[in-house]
Amino acid sequence: MSASAPDMAAKPARGFRIDLKTAGPLVALALLVLLGVTLNENFLTYNNLTNVLARSSFIGIIAIGATFVITSGGLDLSVGSMAAVIAGAMIMVMNWLIPSMGIGWGVVLAGMAVGILVGGVAGVGNGMMITRGRIEAFIVTLGTMGIFRSLVTFLANGGTLSLNFEVADVYRPVYYDGLLGVPYPIIVFALVAIGGEIVMRRTAFGRYCAAIGSNEQVARYSSINVDNVRLMTYILQGVLVGVAVLLYVPRLGSASSTTGVLWELEAIAGVIIGGTTLKGGYGRVWGTVVGVVILGLIGNILNLQSLISPYLNGAFQGVIIILAVLLQRGRRR
Amino acid sequence: MSSANGTSAPAILSAHRISKSFGDIPVLFSIDFDIRPGEVHAIIGENGAGKSTLIKILSGIEQPTSGSISFDGKTVVLPPNGAAEAMGIVLIHQEQNLAEHLTVADSIFLGRELKRFGFLNQAEMRRRAAAVMATLHVAVDPDARIGSLSVADKQMVEIAKAISRDARVLIMDEPTAVLSVGETQTLFEQIRRLTARGVAVIFISHKLDEIMELAQRVTVLRDGQLIATIGTEALTPDSIAQMMVGRELSNLYPPKHEPDVDAPVVLRVRNLSATGVSDISFDLRRGEILGFAGLIGSGRTAVAEAVVGLTSHTGGQIELDGKPVDFTQVAQSVDAGLAYMTKDRKGKGLLLNMGLQPNLTLLTLKKHMRAGFLDSASEARALERAVRRFDVRARDASVAVGRLSGGNQQKLMLGKTMESEPDIIIMDEPTRGIDVGTKQQIYHIIAALAAEGKSVIVISSEMQEVIGLSHRVVVMRQGRLAGVLEGAEITESEIMRYAAGIKQSGHDERISA
Repeated sequence: MSASAPDMAAKPARGFRIDLKTAGPLVALALLVLLGVTLNENFLTYNNLTNVLARSSFIGIIAIGATFVITSGGLDLSVGSMAAVIAGAMIMVMNWLIPSMGIGWGVVLAGMAVGILVGGVAGVGNGMMITRGRIEAFIVTLGTMGIFRSLVTFLANGGTLSLNFEVADVYRPVYYDGLLGVPYPIIVFALVAIGGEIVMRRTAFGRYCAAIGSNEQVARYSSINVDNVRLMTYILQGVLVGVAVLLYVPRLGSASSTTGVLWELEAIAGVIIGGTTLKGGYGRVWGTVVGVVILGLIGNILNLQSLISPYLNGAFQGVIIILAVLLQRGRRR
Repeated sequence: MSSANGTSAPAILSAHRISKSFGDIPVLFSIDFDIRPGEVHAIIGENGAGKSTLIKILSGIEQPTSGSISFDGKTVVLPPNGAAEAMGIVLIHQEQNLAEHLTVADSIFLGRELKRFGFLNQAEMRRRAAAVMATLHVAVDPDARIGSLSVADKQMVEIAKAISRDARVLIMDEPTAVLSVGETQTLFEQIRRLTARGVAVIFISHKLDEIMELAQRVTVLRDGQLIATIGTEALTPDSIAQMMVGRELSNLYPPKHEPDVDAPVVLRVRNLSATGVSDISFDLRRGEILGFAGLIGSGRTAVAEAVVGLTSHTGGQIELDGKPVDFTQVAQSVDAGLAYMTKDRKGKGLLLNMGLQPNLTLLTLKKHMRAGFLDSASEARALERAVRRFDVRARDASVAVGRLSGGNQQKLMLGKTMESEPDIIIMDEPTRGIDVGTKQQIYHIIAALAAEGKSVIVISSEMQEVIGLSHRVVVMRQGRLAGVLEGAEITESEIMRYAAGIKQSGHDERISA
């Protein structure tokens, strides 16, 4: 048969590619670590690595939400601005509550709750406009990106919203302390990653996301409530932005119009480098984790050496993103 | 044989002993065909008879496996990719090929824009477009966007485009399928104007009355064979229908169980109206196989999709086991034991980039949950059962479904549908594009389902399939129910009479040809 002959011929090549497909991001990560070790002996120290991971955890948690959105064929460009609004809202609410609740964990917990709530509401807004309003995700989230960014500038009156110093002192350990020497952001990042991987692989929701991203019609004909699943991905994204921000606020204790700038692009880049297809239909959370860590390590390595200017960080990240997509396309054929 | 308008001019385009195979599958066998200037020559035949392949060869889109084409008396090899348009052979496709966002003038000159000093000469193109539209007596603004036009006007733009290219042979693939009666008459006037100017028109239609009205000669194809080329004056709609279908049933089909007349009605549809269909009423009994016949676009799929809640219906009642139901979500009809299997297995049925297991269980994922998580062992067992029951053949379960053969895809989709354990199954074109061995397997599965008390609706454009399987046959035409056939009435020519509108429900009244 004419169909089976090319099958046989293509087999060895395809076997190699499938290997690269699953292991590609891991190979890239290993190469980066190797490069880091050769360039600077401080690279492999515990302090350096936890520092890189803790900084990556905000983007990482957001990117895990983005993995679900992108897997189901959507896109959320608003996450960076959303993070700024959430940070602003948390700080304002906490400052406002001090007279009634006093300084203490009560205020901080209330602020955290507000952060998650605002994120969830923002996700509902994005999701409703996309699913019920039938507007393209790109357009909706481009719009809300501008709205959120402008909103935080307005709330901060063009300047900076600062958290009350005493509350900031209470809140500080959430970013700077940890359990058994592991900073809390890394722990939360790990928990979200494990949870996300389980949801993606082992629940109907994860399967439906991939099905919708692969072919929305097939999903509809298979009695999947496409709109609800889509809506859920945007809500999950919003809530995870909230989680990321409540780890971020104690780091600086302030929010301004520059908070979270370009986070959306870093998150999407991490998702794509990790092997999730931008068009949807296939996603993996562990890949996203690796992708985000790769992006973090590039910046870190550039800072640790003196041959190349660290100002070129963005250029290297860009090259990696393009390479990742090139590899994705190569394996599609 | 002389054509009706008296021209006995030599043929402008002719095909000699054309054969065509796709891979190992022959679709045309030694076809002779010719057309003279100023003539309308109709090609008719059942779906899959080879009409589309023949016109693709005549317009150069496909090359014949053997045989030759003559144009203007000289043997030629028609250039591929529509380049034959430059020679004056223009094919107007069934699906229209116009860019929605361009204007009428842009569309007419697409690909050969008029230029002045290297820039587009908009004014001149608009003027000439208006002139062409005027010769067609069509009142369409050259600046109108294609997307804003009616289907009929779009067709006129296609014809204008063809005329502005000095078409000498115009090939039209079912141009009236999407037109109303009035629009069809306007189209026919245009065709008559064109033929008066010496343009040759090849015309495909399923509507026999139209062919009788317009064509001078008719070529009948059946199973890729040339049955006859006859002047229309020697034909009646009945004799055409006879020639199109005259064929015996093979033993492809399992023996029919006698339908139980006392079996309860499990699905009752009354006066159903939805997009594209109106006033549909029928009953389905337990253990019955009900065929849905009709031409492509006659609304059979629209009925099925409205019944299961894929689309909303605007009127009418649906009863399941005597209880009125109104499904707004597919999940509801699936839960109620009613499943619909789409005809579009690649676009709507299967996730081509995924493996067998996620495809099989997608409809019924809820069955494979344990403590809120997917139980992949249970999914694997379901796949094992389905592979055995429906004989799905794949190298291994992880292979992407898009790489399976059409027959295996179809069997997997059948397995997916049956996973929901429905009592009523609506199968839309269950054997489209699959080999005859797999067809037979599917026929036996359908018969076995009915024998065990399930009720099956089979929508099919293959008439023998409907006849070979069904206890009763509903024939649809233009979004309405044209007739219901039972027992000895179920013959191809009878179905064709209803489907083509020669016969209407209840009476034997002929539609004047």
